Amino acid sequence: MAIKLIVNGREVAVDAPGEMPVLWALRDILNLTGTKYGCGIGACGACTIHLDGKAVLGCVVRLEEAAGKKITTIEGLDPDGNHPVQKAWAQLGVPQCGYCQAGQIMRAAALLAEKKNPTDAEIDEAMAGNICRCGCYQRIHAAVRLAATGV
Amino acid sequence: MTLTSFVALREGRPQLAAPGAPSAPTLTNVSRRSFLELLGLAGTFTLMAPLGAGAYEPYPTGGEAMPRGLVWDPKVFVSIAPDGTVTITAHRSEMGTGSRTSLPMVLADEMGADWAKVRIVQAPGDEPTYGNQDTDGSRSMRHHIQTMRVMGAAVRTMLEQAAAAAWGVPASQVEARVHVVVDKATGRQAGFGELAKAAMDLPVPPIKDLVLKPESAFRYIGKGNVPLYDMKAIVTGRAIYGSDVRKPGQLYAVVARPPVYGGKAKSWDAAAAKAVPGVVEVIEIPGTPEPAAFMPMGGVAVVAETTWAAIQGREKLNVQWEDGPNATYDSDAYRKEMSAVAAKPGKVVRNQGDVDAALAKAAKVVTAEYYQPHMAHASMETPHALAIVKDGRCECWAPAQSPYAVRTDIAKFLGLDVANVTVHVTLLGGGFGRKSKGDFALEAAYLSKAMGGAPVLLTWTREDDIRNSYYHTTSVERIEAGLDANGKVVAWRHRSVAPTILSTFDKAEYQFAIELGMGLVDNPFDIPNVRCENGPIKNHVRIGWFRSVSNIPRAWAVQSFVCELAHELGRDHKEFLLELLGPPRKIDPVAAGIEGELWNYGDPYSVYPIDTGRLRAVVELACEKAGWGRKMPPRTGLGLAVHRSFLTYVASVVEVAVAKDGTVTIPRIDTAVDCGFPANPERIRAQFEGAAVMGQTLCFHSAVTFKNGRAEQSNYHDYEMVRMTNFPRQVNVHIVPHPFSVPAAGVGEPGVPPIAPAIANAIFAATGKRIRDLPIDTSLLREA
Repeated sequence: MAIKLIVNGREVAVDAPGEMPVLWALRDILNLTGTKYGCGIGACGACTIHLDGKAVLGCVVRLEEAAGKKITTIEGLDPDGNHPVQKAWAQLGVPQCGYCQAGQIMRAAALLAEKKNPTDAEIDEAMAGNICRCGCYQRIHAAVRLAATGV
Repeated sequence: MTLTSFVALREGRPQLAAPGAPSAPTLTNVSRRSFLELLGLAGTFTLMAPLGAGAYEPYPTGGEAMPRGLVWDPKVFVSIAPDGTVTITAHRSEMGTGSRTSLPMVLADEMGADWAKVRIVQAPGDEPTYGNQDTDGSRSMRHHIQTMRVMGAAVRTMLEQAAAAAWGVPASQVEARVHVVVDKATGRQAGFGELAKAAMDLPVPPIKDLVLKPESAFRYIGKGNVPLYDMKAIVTGRAIYGSDVRKPGQLYAVVARPPVYGGKAKSWDAAAAKAVPGVVEVIEIPGTPEPAAFMPMGGVAVVAETTWAAIQGREKLNVQWEDGPNATYDSDAYRKEMSAVAAKPGKVVRNQGDVDAALAKAAKVVTAEYYQPHMAHASMETPHALAIVKDGRCECWAPAQSPYAVRTDIAKFLGLDVANVTVHVTLLGGGFGRKSKGDFALEAAYLSKAMGGAPVLLTWTREDDIRNSYYHTTSVERIEAGLDANGKVVAWRHRSVAPTILSTFDKAEYQFAIELGMGLVDNPFDIPNVRCENGPIKNHVRIGWFRSVSNIPRAWAVQSFVCELAHELGRDHKEFLLELLGPPRKIDPVAAGIEGELWNYGDPYSVYPIDTGRLRAVVELACEKAGWGRKMPPRTGLGLAVHRSFLTYVASVVEVAVAKDGTVTIPRIDTAVDCGFPANPERIRAQFEGAAVMGQTLCFHSAVTFKNGRAEQSNYHDYEMVRMTNFPRQVNVHIVPHPFSVPAAGVGEPGVPPIAPAIANAIFAATGKRIRDLPIDTSLLREA
């Protein structure tokens, strides 16, 4: 039984079990590989996407929970990279290997959609679920601040 | 760090530590002259700027001694399209250091290209064409900055020659500027695109005829103004890592591997796995007897229509394992075993003066033992590879640090001709040494072949990554110092006990030159009697290299111990450290009593000697910037450490605050870096910012422990990382400026080693508690 999703503004039908995490449907069925696998247990944030505008973890949310809801992935945030968060990331040279950055950017974008000018503590708290093994936190934090205050 | 000798070992050639090995250059056996002869130079190298103090002349590096060495032919690396697009091949793998951007940047600048018109393509694994591609050991910039610059100059010269010929004027009348060649007499111009065909048809001029730009004309080199080439792809989710390769009809696989090193699957329930919707096949992958090098460890694979189905299927396999002799491996018992070995004399690997006599008559002897457990790299992208094997050919896409090794290993594993194996290099979602080993790509290739040539993407889950790693060694470092009545250190005995990386390639219980050269025998202290010893210990897991390798336990021990001695003597740590470093000088490895040849990161000692003046300078710089000596509030403190690794000198001063519950926060780190000529300061800063975080993570969190031969950790919930809530709030990286003539040194790894000891020393300053075991147990820091 196909499950209907709205991914990056387009309705798609995914023929997969309802308990499959959205992450794997995006990556292996829809070939939207921008959303990354990092841990599979909701511990690293690499798979962060937006579900009806809220940041969620693609490896935890099941297809049946996402049915009919709006999913935004990194590919749909702004394909030209002009979202303020993407621009801030580029301006401050945030990425090293870059693998976790889709999740970081999606998390930051959701935070700023909710809070225009978060405090440092609010940035820390919002971003705490997203691991960067390269250790780009200083620049990630600064880029969230930059995106909030205008690029 | 994949090192010359590992590759040599794998290729059946003598290892570096062996007597008479060709690739351990010393002051005498690789001279500048022989290097220049190698380049076809008569010892001259023309520069626009006159030669003088600090002028650049080509210097030899270990690059030539690496397998298949360096390639200096610009026609291999550069092409120019009629529209002016300059395509530069990146032959080193990109895992986050920025080398895929920075090396082409060097070439582009010297050639006069406009960066906006530069395109980068990634070379497949093809060392006969591109020279060595083993992206490891912090070698990319230091071994290739000169080839990139020289190739850039050659292309620029060819463009100028083509323009001069087209205009019928002498070459001296034309000059390349930004993406154009200009006739200085008439002002007429021709774009690089217009000149491309004629220029690239010319023979490549000999190096001795090239004229290099003056450094004042650099537009990108040394500036830090070139963003990552892949920036836009990364922030829009279009960058392709190993996990992201998609081919028509591809299948997805995971493998159940032995939980104990050397174990083997006895039985499994293929039918139960195949009953999971989406599972296509269950396939046994043969193991390789220990030592398995980079061959797969074997196991049972589940191939499915999605990764998730494969994971679900694997859970149903119910594999029964034959564990083998490593099933008794227990980290706690092993630590005691290492300590017991370290308490006894070991093999002497450095002997200077008479340590026994000096310790016997010392006014005081101070002894301490430091411990560091196994660690896993835990790069954000776990090992992944996609392979298509059919009709006697293999095409593989992998996040490989050493793609040519992967290619030759696949050929060996599947019995294919190397010519029929292609390995494409994707971006790496972190590497840290793990992705130097191509076992995961071999697994993918085996499965594709077994599936009749269907494309198979193999995923290591995070659990696989933590439980079946090529672990960073575990180590006990025991140091004894003899102090005379005046508080001078007159004797230093350092015993190191750690399972060796060599055990992955050969049965070995002693460390080899590469490990010994990472902070043990190369100790630069000005102490008259020094002995370094290495006791034997058998490995029970696969040991691999992890960012900065043996430098981690060595800096942890030596730099903590110096702080302990300073405290013992009532001295300021910085002043005492400078006294130990002694006057500015270059260490003579022979006079230092180093057994055999000092392994100097594979590079000639004449070019990269251990220079205590540079060590002193980074200590002074970090301390000055950090405000060393300033008065600190209660339960806060500054800690210092300095360490030379990968030919780079690094000092860090860490500021900590220790809460009453023992929680340690790091408001600030000041790191001073002397890495020779800083080719891309912006990426250098990024590397040292990141190294601070990795150093903090290993200091507080990183331990893979074993019970019954099995790793006790499995994912980020029990193998934790520093996160946004506790990262070092401000990492200031202070780069020592140098001209191009000062040989470029390593950047990717050397930032890691000083961090943990600097943190421990800061904690001591803040609390009076001395921690000697990693990771730090913060419950010991609670206020009583």
